[in-house]
Amino acid sequence: MAILETRQLTYTYSIGSPFEKTAVDHVDLKIEEGEMVGVMGHTGSGKSTLIQHFNGLLRPTSGTVLLDGKDIWADKKSIRDVRFQVGLVFQYPEYQIFEETVFKDIAFGPRNMGLDEQEIKRRVLETAHDIGLKEELLKRSPFELSGGQKRRVAIAGVMAMEPKVLILDEPTAGLDPAGRDKIISHIKEYHKRMKNTILIVSHSMEDIAGFADKILVMNKAKLFCYDDTEKVFGRAAEISEIGLDVPQITKVFMELKRQGLDFGKEVYTVPYARDLLLKHLRGKAGAEDC
Amino acid sequence: MLRDITIGQYFPGNSLIHRLDPRFKIVITLIYILMLFTGSNIICLAVGGVYTIAALLLSRIPFKMFWKSVKPLLPFLLLTAVLNVLLVDSGDVYFKWKFIKITAGGVNISVFMIIRIVLLIMGSSLLTYTTSPITLTDAIERLLSPLKLLRFPVHELAMMMSIALRFVPTLIEETDKIMSAQKARGAEIDTGSFVTRAKNMISILVPLFISSFRRADELATAMECRCYNGGEGRTRLRQLKASARDFIALAVTLLFYAGALTVGLLFK
Repeated sequence: MAILETRQLTYTYSIGSPFEKTAVDHVDLKIEEGEMVGVMGHTGSGKSTLIQHFNGLLRPTSGTVLLDGKDIWADKKSIRDVRFQVGLVFQYPEYQIFEETVFKDIAFGPRNMGLDEQEIKRRVLETAHDIGLKEELLKRSPFELSGGQKRRVAIAGVMAMEPKVLILDEPTAGLDPAGRDKIISHIKEYHKRMKNTILIVSHSMEDIAGFADKILVMNKAKLFCYDDTEKVFGRAAEISEIGLDVPQITKVFMELKRQGLDFGKEVYTVPYARDLLLKHLRGKAGAEDC
Repeated sequence: MLRDITIGQYFPGNSLIHRLDPRFKIVITLIYILMLFTGSNIICLAVGGVYTIAALLLSRIPFKMFWKSVKPLLPFLLLTAVLNVLLVDSGDVYFKWKFIKITAGGVNISVFMIIRIVLLIMGSSLLTYTTSPITLTDAIERLLSPLKLLRFPVHELAMMMSIALRFVPTLIEETDKIMSAQKARGAEIDTGSFVTRAKNMISILVPLFISSFRRADELATAMECRCYNGGEGRTRLRQLKASARDFIALAVTLLFYAGALTVGLLFK
């Protein structure tokens, strides 16, 4: 059974005013447990509105959101539990930090869940480790940290709730390439430990190609496609048509294919491309030796 | 919830009222308020009412918006009206039961007061609805400029006002965002007991303060980069120029004021 499902999900902003706008239009979606999903789409394509439905911050205008097969709005009082099960990290999450110490800030979510001190401590230490924050940092004030460290503290604050589904809205926005890779690899590590479902919104095709099992593409308030990474990047022409891009390495291989060198599958990560090319060149060299 | 705030809201347009010189609009609004408060009976208010309705129609802003500005104050209005009805004891007695006594005087005063305050709110909303915050502060700066002789920092005051007004929508948006982020971490803001809610306000106020200081700092740097150093010798992009229609509007307002005063004297 899908962990997260939407049925004919529709959301319209400012109904009845001149600013009325449908941001999510009849979206049907099924996300299976344990998947790493990349979410792509233009600014204003409705992806941010869509993800705010998954933890009940927004209530659908029509349609339903199902978590573990249950309508999250069936009982209004249980919506807070939904937020503990579906963790949402907003864009630039470092602006939500408010506690005196890093430890306390990460513990805010778990404490709201009503866990005991021991369990809170375990979770804070484990997530701090997962996200690459050294233990001595936990006693410091979060406002003394660097931008990248603050970002990781804020992400850890949601991770520590150990949600079944973790959603991150552009976790790497505004960071340098080294900081970006670090955050993505830490998230992957956490995924490996928790085996939960993770959705990451990103504008970097290279980032998405590096982690995603599946890709969800939104276009003009509608679900454009939701499929395996390979299949989505295989539709490069359509993807470019709606103004998005495929990874550069995929473009190189599409051009190679056009010029007659076909590897028979979609290539979207650099290490894989390197192996494929090396194998091909060695094979060729071997053939010439004979 | 936060989006319903209408204070300082501006509806762009090109009506006669929109095009009036903002300095005149402020002066006219002041005369208007005087007219409402010096009017001693209901007929004076009728004159004010005619004037208000004419101005609202000329602005071509939907009446709904004016209703929206009155709505939040309705509970207070009704409460004071009820108190007036019950406590004022003069004129014919309409109704009497034990200690409750409703008299003509009380009813008159309540009705009078409600009409006066509703007119006041609608008329002054018209000023902010039809004048952009920036031109409004420009006009205030010009109107207060004589105070410069007394070393009153008029320019600085006007600049602070425009900055404050400019950041109202930004801060509302920011608060919305921070609230969502803390709700996503399980903070109880709309639900829960009063104590938990108050505690959770800290998780919103601290980030909001920090980001306000950050914004102020960035703004100061940006202003210094553009060589801002106060009002001395500064010229303006939009020059305020009074035209015939501004003087006509002022004259019409004064006429109504005089009319209200005479009516007040005639029907004592």
